[in-house]
Amino acid sequence: MRRRVRRPLMIIAAVVLAGFAIAVWGQPPSDPTPASARAAASPATSASNEGRELFEEGCSSCHGFDGKGVKEQGPSLIHAGEAAADFYLRTGRMPLGQVGDEPLRGEPRYSNSQIEALVEYVGSLGDGPAIPNVDPDQGSVAEGMRLFTDSCAGCHAISGKGGVAIGGYAPPLGESTPTEVGEAIRVGPYLMPRFNEELISPQDVNSLAAYVELTQEPEDAGGFGIGHIGPVPEGLVAWLAAIAALLLIARLIGERLGGSKADDEAEEPR
Amino acid sequence: MTTRRIFRFLEGRTGGAGAIGKALRYVFPDHWTFLFGEIAMYAFLILVATGTYLALFFEPSTAHVVYHGSYAPLHGQEMTRAYASAVRLSFDVQAGLLIRQVHHWAADVFLAAITIHLMRIFFTGAFRKPRDINYYVGLTMLVLAVLEGYVGYSLLDDLLSGMGLAIGNGVALSIPVVGGQLGTLIWGGRFPGAPDFLSRLFFVHVFVFPVLIGTLMAIHLALIARPHHTQFRGRGRREGNVVGTPLWPAYALRSLGLFFATGAVLFALGGLVQINPIWQWGPYEPYLGTNGAQPDWYLGWLIGALRLMPHFDVVIGNYTLIPNPFWGGVLFPGAVFGFLYLWPWIERKWTGDRGVHNLLDRPRDNPTRTAIGAAVFTFVAAIFFAGSADRAFVQFGVPYEDQLWGYRALVILLPIAVFLVTRHVCVRLRDGGEHPARDSGARLVERPRESGRRRFNKQDGGTETAWRRAPK
Amino acid sequence: MKTIWRYLLAGVILRFSKKRTVRRDRELPASAKAETWTAMLLFAASLAALAFVAIYAFADANTQLLGLSIAVALALIAAALILAASQVVPQETLEEPRPDFAQPDHDVDGPKTRHIGKFSAHQPEEEAALTVREGGDGVTRRKLLGTAGAAAGVGLGAAALVPLASLGPAVGDRLAESPWKDGVRLVEENGMAVKASDLEVGSFLTAFAEGADKEGLATSLAVVRVRPEELELPEDRADWAPEGILAFSKICTHAQCAISLFRYPLFAEKSPGPALVCPCHYSTFNVLDGGKRIFGPAVRPLPQLPLRIEDGTLVAAGPLSGEVGASWGRVEEES
Repeated sequence: MRRRVRRPLMIIAAVVLAGFAIAVWGQPPSDPTPASARAAASPATSASNEGRELFEEGCSSCHGFDGKGVKEQGPSLIHAGEAAADFYLRTGRMPLGQVGDEPLRGEPRYSNSQIEALVEYVGSLGDGPAIPNVDPDQGSVAEGMRLFTDSCAGCHAISGKGGVAIGGYAPPLGESTPTEVGEAIRVGPYLMPRFNEELISPQDVNSLAAYVELTQEPEDAGGFGIGHIGPVPEGLVAWLAAIAALLLIARLIGERLGGSKADDEAEEPR
Repeated sequence: MTTRRIFRFLEGRTGGAGAIGKALRYVFPDHWTFLFGEIAMYAFLILVATGTYLALFFEPSTAHVVYHGSYAPLHGQEMTRAYASAVRLSFDVQAGLLIRQVHHWAADVFLAAITIHLMRIFFTGAFRKPRDINYYVGLTMLVLAVLEGYVGYSLLDDLLSGMGLAIGNGVALSIPVVGGQLGTLIWGGRFPGAPDFLSRLFFVHVFVFPVLIGTLMAIHLALIARPHHTQFRGRGRREGNVVGTPLWPAYALRSLGLFFATGAVLFALGGLVQINPIWQWGPYEPYLGTNGAQPDWYLGWLIGALRLMPHFDVVIGNYTLIPNPFWGGVLFPGAVFGFLYLWPWIERKWTGDRGVHNLLDRPRDNPTRTAIGAAVFTFVAAIFFAGSADRAFVQFGVPYEDQLWGYRALVILLPIAVFLVTRHVCVRLRDGGEHPARDSGARLVERPRESGRRRFNKQDGGTETAWRRAPK
Repeated sequence: MKTIWRYLLAGVILRFSKKRTVRRDRELPASAKAETWTAMLLFAASLAALAFVAIYAFADANTQLLGLSIAVALALIAAALILAASQVVPQETLEEPRPDFAQPDHDVDGPKTRHIGKFSAHQPEEEAALTVREGGDGVTRRKLLGTAGAAAGVGLGAAALVPLASLGPAVGDRLAESPWKDGVRLVEENGMAVKASDLEVGSFLTAFAEGADKEGLATSLAVVRVRPEELELPEDRADWAPEGILAFSKICTHAQCAISLFRYPLFAEKSPGPALVCPCHYSTFNVLDGGKRIFGPAVRPLPQLPLRIEDGTLVAAGPLSGEVGASWGRVEEES
């Protein structure tokens, strides 16, 4: 037996590691760690009181008492509405760690009941959008795909995996609930444009939510989806799986320098 | 018994039995890196076979149609017949998706195999006389293969490849003086092109390029067989001979085995790992875009260059002489291929070596060539990785703008560093290490250096390594 | 005895002849074990291939199963062949000489010199060159014939290339075509007119010229709305954005991708300003000052369409401010 067992084994190990790397790389990106925040909790008597107390404790330093906003700290929430409050609090984007940070998805800092109280309070400040009633089953996935391509894919990518938006980050939609989809559309968080009911009707929102759900479990008729972001992981697989395997086989078939029988049998040059 | 009858049959009609007999004894040197070209060739054969199948189903038509097939999310969508036929092939034709995916994986692997084959040729000096024209033939096949792949995946008119075609048109337009004419000529008008653009592209993809590549491949093989293969140095191997395994029976079986292995890998990928799921991208329109659109890997170096280049163009009076996409889309690949095409000539001029070479260098034997090659490769690779900086941002959080500046610095500094390190490592390995004729126990047999100059590396405190000439 | 003599003779002849392939070593490794394995692998391959047929016919041609079965079949055949190549068939090492032309005349150092004793007339390249030159014996006016041949060649070459022009129209006005002029209405993808009241601050919409081909490069627009007080338009465009509604060409001036990102900050004090971004190479255009490039490789600003509101709908008030699409030897825009 040729003493080349070790090398192929090392190569196999490298291929396995590479496959692991592809699996990691090809996964939809995990959301960044949530901004550190103070979690406020205080016993309250009624919901609106609780809401106001929570607000004053956790939000007013940036958004001002009565939610009118603080210059250079945080925007006014008078017209934010329940939709905005619910979106930001449920996705853990608020409270924000540092003024000027980009709000990113993370663990919510408040409990369900606290969020409800805060939402009611913020909604009471003005006439912003209410929490939309989104039902993906009422929508049409096909219409959703068309709308998503027109209005959303430019930032979030057609497969919903997110991407660069110069100045910010268009997040992947892998964890977005239908309600969050509807809220984001109406609110236009951080750098996202805003779409009112004339441009994207409530039925359209249902359809978009249906499409977003599809992107969370796409039709992978071709096999392992390797991240659904296209040619980058495909190229990785071509090199780290296919070419690596073929190199291994070539190594098995061919000879190495100085290690071949031909070398052993070769005569001295005449 | 029957074998003899077959040969008698052939001899009587073609007089070729002698030639065939001789061919069966053709000697192949055995090194495993000599198989890379074969991997590429077998991938090409699989491309032709699967491509023939696909061409029977694909409709290269820009006529718009409303989809009502079996993939529900596309229902009611307007799309070209081309895209619709590709979706239908993927969902409604038995084994259609398998063959489609095998074809696409084979294209990616074809180009990767050519790349490692090219690297092997370059770093072992196999392009030297008498094989320099064969080297040009091979390089030309590489250029054609890149174009063929680009045209191939653009036929489907999906969102990603459609954006790629828009960029291609922009790059064509950016060629000084003739760009406007060239871009309009190829597309038959302004982008997105004349109604028959896809059918013309289809003909180019299924006939023009494959015939060119196939012909060049035949020439390539002939130009290999004529002077016979190169080989590494070793016992009994001289410039004037080839030592190895005869074609029949062992090498033919090995090679055939490699073909089936290539097929196995490609069909395994084609069935198990999804590639280019066009139904998830949707059809293309010039007013649609998606974030994160990328070309196939072998064009990644170009998207990197287009993204990295700072925003300047050359204006003369009122004329935009050189629009920005030219730098990354034309000048950069032109320079790289120019370097590759010119290298045999550069090396000849530099070293003054015009001799015939049938024995290969190990990369360490020619430190300057290896270092330059490694540096150029690093330059291209850095730009290549810059092209996926947006994915790196999404995955790892490094800001995109910062990455751009980082890559711009890397692209200049890293090749220099790689050049110096590589040359140093090669010199150390060559002069200080033992020649790996392990079984013989450490004494190197024959080692003439091309230029005739010789350096002895005296080692401190160890055995002095010396070279002795082979007995004549 | 006769056999020994034959081999001796052959050996002597071979030893002194330089141009023959020499067999260095020949091993017959075939063992029952290796042959059995090869046969088993091939039989298994045939089963896998039959599985492929069965899956195609009866299992709805599931892509994954199809791929797996045929891959296994091919892999088994590959294994059989590789095994046979190294363990079943004779293993030989041969040495063969290279053809003459591929041999260095002597050691690789230095220039080539011809051996004494080989007359130059016998070199194949000399003979070939002589053959060609002899073909011109007796021909007197070579220059005339050569010039005439060249003229015919050039003429024919031009004639052969000219039909290519039919492949594409004259460049001229084609690349500058645009449906936009004063009075052309903006419509959405479904053909309905775009109403100013449909858009709120922070909106982003794709619009088209009414009646024009949607695929036309100049036809598509990115329509956005900002707060009127945010605008920083140059003086000659002061009235181009009624109620803060702006319209730009949707096609990037770098390499013609569709500009499909719009960023509008919720909190302008701490965020980058409103801009249109192209997803291909991330060229970024400021919407507030009329589409100037603020990041990325694009050079020319994004062409802006002057708007006015007629009966509540958006209507073009003139042509686009610049040419649409990627640059090519054309007039340079003011940046």
